[in-house]
Amino acid sequence: MTKLFEYAPAPESRSVVDIAPSYGLFIDGEFTEAADGRVFKSVAPATEEVLSEVARAGEADVDRAVAAARRAFGPWSALPGAERGKYLFRIARIIQERSRELAVLETLDNGKPIRETRDADLPLVAAHFFYYAGWADKLGYAGFGADPKPLGVAGQVIPWNFPLLMLAWKIAPALACGNTVVLKPAETTPLSALFFADICRQAGLPAGVVNILPGYGDAGAALVAHPDVDKVAFTGSTAVGKEIARAVAGTDKRLTLELGGKGANIVFDDAPVDQAVEGIVGGIFFNQGQVCCAGSRLLVQESVADEVLESLKRRLGTLRLGDPLDKNTDIGAVNSPEQLARITELAEAGEAEGAERWTAPCELPTSGYWFAPTLFTGVTQAHRVAREEIFGPVLSVLTFRTPAEAVAKANNTPYGLSAGVWTEKGSRILAVADRLRAGVVWANTFNKFDPASPFGGYKESGFGREGGRHGLEAYLR
Amino acid sequence: MSQADARLSVLKTYKLYVGGKFPRSESGRVYEVTAAKSAGGAAGRGRWLANAPRASRKDARDAVAAARKAVAGWSGATAYNRGQVLYRVAEMLQGRREQYTAEVADAEGLSKAKSAAQVDAAIDRWVWYAGWTDKVAQVAGAGNPVAGPYFNLSAPEPTGVVAVVAPQESALLGLVSVLAPVIATGNAAVVVAAEERPLPALSLAEVLATSDVPGGVVNVLSGRTAEIAPTLAAHQDVNAIDLTGADAELARELEVAAADNLKRVLRPSADPGGTDWTADPGTGRLTAFLETKTVWHPTGSLGVAGSAY
Repeated sequence: MTKLFEYAPAPESRSVVDIAPSYGLFIDGEFTEAADGRVFKSVAPATEEVLSEVARAGEADVDRAVAAARRAFGPWSALPGAERGKYLFRIARIIQERSRELAVLETLDNGKPIRETRDADLPLVAAHFFYYAGWADKLGYAGFGADPKPLGVAGQVIPWNFPLLMLAWKIAPALACGNTVVLKPAETTPLSALFFADICRQAGLPAGVVNILPGYGDAGAALVAHPDVDKVAFTGSTAVGKEIARAVAGTDKRLTLELGGKGANIVFDDAPVDQAVEGIVGGIFFNQGQVCCAGSRLLVQESVADEVLESLKRRLGTLRLGDPLDKNTDIGAVNSPEQLARITELAEAGEAEGAERWTAPCELPTSGYWFAPTLFTGVTQAHRVAREEIFGPVLSVLTFRTPAEAVAKANNTPYGLSAGVWTEKGSRILAVADRLRAGVVWANTFNKFDPASPFGGYKESGFGREGGRHGLEAYLR
Repeated sequence: MSQADARLSVLKTYKLYVGGKFPRSESGRVYEVTAAKSAGGAAGRGRWLANAPRASRKDARDAVAAARKAVAGWSGATAYNRGQVLYRVAEMLQGRREQYTAEVADAEGLSKAKSAAQVDAAIDRWVWYAGWTDKVAQVAGAGNPVAGPYFNLSAPEPTGVVAVVAPQESALLGLVSVLAPVIATGNAAVVVAAEERPLPALSLAEVLATSDVPGGVVNVLSGRTAEIAPTLAAHQDVNAIDLTGADAELARELEVAAADNLKRVLRPSADPGGTDWTADPGTGRLTAFLETKTVWHPTGSLGVAGSAY
């Protein structure tokens, strides 16, 4: 396809962020080395440049952090809600003040486009703290009893796809309700959580209320299994979620899980094609498809399938893949070589199983981890690309004839996180949304998030809700 | 001895309740149910009461299949209709108050007065939950003021098929207290009745069958809890499990099995004294088996062409 326009590069300056050559664990208000002195490197996925060397938490560090959180819990939970809320308001404001710096940092460490960190991640992070700050002195009105109590120490494990936003989803409600937290960011994206530790310092948050333990799965497992943790919150893969559910069985630990998905985006024949195509693109190519609620299965009504696909391919041809710091970039880097290998393996399985592969015409940079936007057509419900979460910029296209068939196909998955419905007919939206077994349904839109809106899955996409009044329940007794 | 005294009473063969029918266990097994140890007088301790069916793992799977069939109709019924049906259960139970008073007295070893109080409380509990069916969505749902041109609504939905390990002590009031909230919101239930005291549960099935509760919405199994419950906990077509009647060791084992398809799990009470079934039940047992669905609709503004986008 010939390019309509050539764009000059418009890179965001990375001088706005100052990344130290090394970072420690953040325990009891102090940065500290790991007990066994281990470190790991955090790499920029777009360039493979080493950004920093970070202390790697082990079991002894989990002990220290949980003990610090336990000591801090008494005084923190005894604070009047209004005072706790003011700390969270401070944090929200500092995030707003430092949002450009944090957006650049997140783009460097994660590989996602600056347009997304600047316009989606960071505004949502600040909004989330602002939202839950306001709840801190109003918990008795939330519908969970007149005088609800915090649970204690929350152990929280978050993924790499929205590092700072997932941190906000975990920490803001926990603190508002009077809990203290030990949070483990993902091993490929530890930096924004460590910058958040500095924000806690600037906000004057009491030591031990927030503890950050960069590390790998072993640290996460130790945190989840720690006997002095009262609450476990995990966002990540369904396989790990099941392990955690087994690990906490028979204990008094409360558990919420936000896991994988294989969201269906259903396009009916009366949908406005251009808007639907924009929604399909946003649904699967936002954050390189590394989104648990991605609309990774397109279900398009047979009568308009050709028209929608033609329009979709034309649109995908205009997506700009490349330097995530360039403000024109639509598609950034895949987060890690491991993730790239998984996407590649599943895409190859799609071809091997007989689906037809189409890849957007775009050049991939020579260094870094990249995957071009890819479509599979002729996909059946039995194909791996229709059943397994790819967590990459790969869209599987299936067709249907009747609304009942669309619903049956959409629900034919062990997951149940998200779905989309595109139609001009209001009653059809309501009827279809009613029958979809998914925690979030977007009608004539997709991938919208808001701190006031509960998010979470049905079935094997997990349980519990994050966001909104519902999000408080996980942190109160 | 007169002629009249010589008449033998007609005993009831207790059966399972699956898919609206009353089958025997496919295994052909039964087990002896006797009066509770502390029961005095004519209903002396250890007196034989009945041979209850001893359900097998196959019976459990059949019950899950029946429950799954019933989910669409029951969850699709209006909340008002479900409330009417649950109230009808209370009416039917009221009409058979004397029978249940005797059964609970035998099962739990209670005096007639205390047993009657349990039955009355169980009837009232159906009334309580009958009233909740069309209110819980208003209490547990939300209209969410998102920062954008969207109408955003969160509403609770039933999770689907719920396995219920009924309390072992309170054979009727405890059972009703765990069963009614599960079905009030539109779930279908597979109940494992109290192992040593299953008769009130099996008799309750007769009330459910005559109260317009559609077949399959409630299925009642009697037998060995440790034999039936693991099948339900591991079943891939069960969405949630209530472990109230499982002891600590069994509860842990069931929770591990339930993780396989991430069932929603309601753990047994941590209180060593067990649950006080006469206390205000609150809404916890209603919301434990609900999912929250949040739907986003664009509102936009009407453009010149009348488009809402």
